[in-house]
Amino acid sequence: MENEAGALSRVAGLFSARGYNIESLSVAPTEDPTLSRMTLVTIGSDEIVEQVTKQLNKLIEVVKIIDLNDGNHIERELMLVKVRAVGADREEIKRLTEIFRGCIIDVTDKSYTIELTGTSSKLDAFLEAVERSAVLETVRTGASGIGRGEWILKV
Amino acid sequence: MSVELTGAEITIRCLQEEGVQCIFGYPGGAVLFLYDELFKQNKVRHILVRHEQAAVHAADGYARSSDKVGVALVTSGPGVTNAVTGIATAYMDSIPMVVISGQVPTSAIGLDAFQEVDTVGITRPCVKHNFLVKDVTELALTIKKAFFIASTGRPGPVLVDIPKDVTQQKTKFVYPEKITMRSYNPVIKGHARQIKKAAELILSAKRPMIYAGGGVILSDAASQLTELTQILNFPCTNTLMGLGGYPATDKQSLGMLGMHGTYEANMAMQYCDVLVAVGARFDDRVIGNPKHFFNENRKIIHIDIDPSSISKRVKVDIPIVGDVLDVLRELIKLLKAEKKEPDHSALKEWWKQIDLWRERDCLKYDRGSKIIKPQMVIEKLFQITKGDAFITSDVGQHQMWAAQFYKFDKPRRWINSGGLGTMGFGMPAAMGVQLANPKGKVACITGEASIQMCIQELSTCKQYKLPLKIINLNNRYMGMVRQWQEFFHGNRYAESYMDALPDFVKLAESYGHVGIKIEKPEDVEGALKEAFKMKDKLVFMDFITDQTENVFPMVPGGKGLSEMILV
Repeated sequence: MENEAGALSRVAGLFSARGYNIESLSVAPTEDPTLSRMTLVTIGSDEIVEQVTKQLNKLIEVVKIIDLNDGNHIERELMLVKVRAVGADREEIKRLTEIFRGCIIDVTDKSYTIELTGTSSKLDAFLEAVERSAVLETVRTGASGIGRGEWILKV
Repeated sequence: MSVELTGAEITIRCLQEEGVQCIFGYPGGAVLFLYDELFKQNKVRHILVRHEQAAVHAADGYARSSDKVGVALVTSGPGVTNAVTGIATAYMDSIPMVVISGQVPTSAIGLDAFQEVDTVGITRPCVKHNFLVKDVTELALTIKKAFFIASTGRPGPVLVDIPKDVTQQKTKFVYPEKITMRSYNPVIKGHARQIKKAAELILSAKRPMIYAGGGVILSDAASQLTELTQILNFPCTNTLMGLGGYPATDKQSLGMLGMHGTYEANMAMQYCDVLVAVGARFDDRVIGNPKHFFNENRKIIHIDIDPSSISKRVKVDIPIVGDVLDVLRELIKLLKAEKKEPDHSALKEWWKQIDLWRERDCLKYDRGSKIIKPQMVIEKLFQITKGDAFITSDVGQHQMWAAQFYKFDKPRRWINSGGLGTMGFGMPAAMGVQLANPKGKVACITGEASIQMCIQELSTCKQYKLPLKIINLNNRYMGMVRQWQEFFHGNRYAESYMDALPDFVKLAESYGHVGIKIEKPEDVEGALKEAFKMKDKLVFMDFITDQTENVFPMVPGGKGLSEMILV
């Protein structure tokens, strides 16, 4: 979509006005600074997804829209999670982070802050694996998606 | 080097470049520089309304009755919030319109300044697009875009919000000749293979039906729709928004369909085997409950410029995205080139069935009544104006009777708020219609409840000598509310009685107009004739009508088209 003030609120407003759900939404400018790319995750029947797509297309600032589920695609989400890490837990959490191919990016004597990327379900799985009470804070970006191979979204 | 102009000068120059001859508005602090520039020129005429809602409705009526973009100018804050009802009305009916609003200076935005509202935020859900112009160098291009977006594709209102300081800043004025936008390219041409498939299905139909909506009017395709219907000998029904798209006095017209549509139109919709939907959107007031509307033996072709209108409420078999005018032209060309004819013997049977439905005489009413029947007033109006007037209406029973009993043969003659159902629309819209058609006969069919929602515009009509004929069907009730309360709420008429009504005759006179009160059926015709003889006067006719009259047929909410309540 056009990288213009207000474009994001048009998208968000459309979803609330028509009663669609936004599961997650991630947006940032692209290599072309006049364009932003948004990955939006929604849940609905085929008919609803079709309507969502058509309605989004009607927004003047939306340049192009594709449904990544129409083909093979890659999906990644970034999570930063702060966990309580004291005593024996410190080693256990470090090991778990390695298994999930995350990195510890900030350390205090009582906590780790871990950076983890993957599909949303992988991030969920990590949170499941860590003891619930140890999780102090999480922040997630929502999924970003891109087509596999030669499948390119071009304007 | 060209001279630099202020933002205010640029705005007015842009309107001139767009060929705008008439705008509707109300001044205020944030738009003073704009008004100053309007004052200094004479190409763009400004009509001063008495309330911003009326400015937008008038611009709307102006657009609907011509093929021009309507333009309204309002100030910031309350100017904008008053205009919102008008903008939403135009949005629901896809009317091309540009609204220019003043805004507090850029330095004051967000600081809760005097007469500040988030105009772009408030209007976002009810405009096709809107802009806040923060830099004078972007002003001309933005206005160009606004007119382009408003008038192309599926039309709609576009708002341009201009902060006061931007109207003072100077820059060079260049008005772009043409414009392209990478993110906005409406499809005009229908897909050739889809049109071919549609033609094949049309020729195989045994019980066909053409269902035409406001898209036919908006794309100026009434003559193409008429040609298509007549070469095929198919029946045609029009939606409330589509009246006049096919001549209502023609034998192939089944009249309006929907909640208050004719028996024959609704039955034919339900039981046809091929339905050709043209510039219509299967909305709830038209087809009722989609589950009841469903018929597995019926195939649907849907022509619409807006892809999101297709398969929104009803799944269709052959969608054709494109401008109705273009698609109908192609379709007619294809059908004429085909050697195959429509199935004449099946059509004969189908028409026989339709004539049986017609015999039900679903629009009958007591013509011998001693109290004025509202339907009779409209029938007489139709006769006296020879079906050639511009008719605006407000919202409610009178609107439905007008749609049922005034037979529109031409497009852009029937001006009403179909989608949003805005009471108060009728008179201000009629002002716009009269200004767009100075020689036309313009009548506003209204009720004593609706008319009071914008009654102050009688003053505007006086100022600009607009000789409207106001047909007030006065039943001392909010008639449609009363009807629903009678049918569905055990005759409990909660707050639907119009008590303490003004003396409309005196009211009209106090604004400098002519008022007539008509209480007997035998006086109706004479009063209408007399009123239309007063060519340069606004005449307010207060018809005291039957309080208990209801609109029939009626498809109750949640029911299907064949489940009508009949008189």
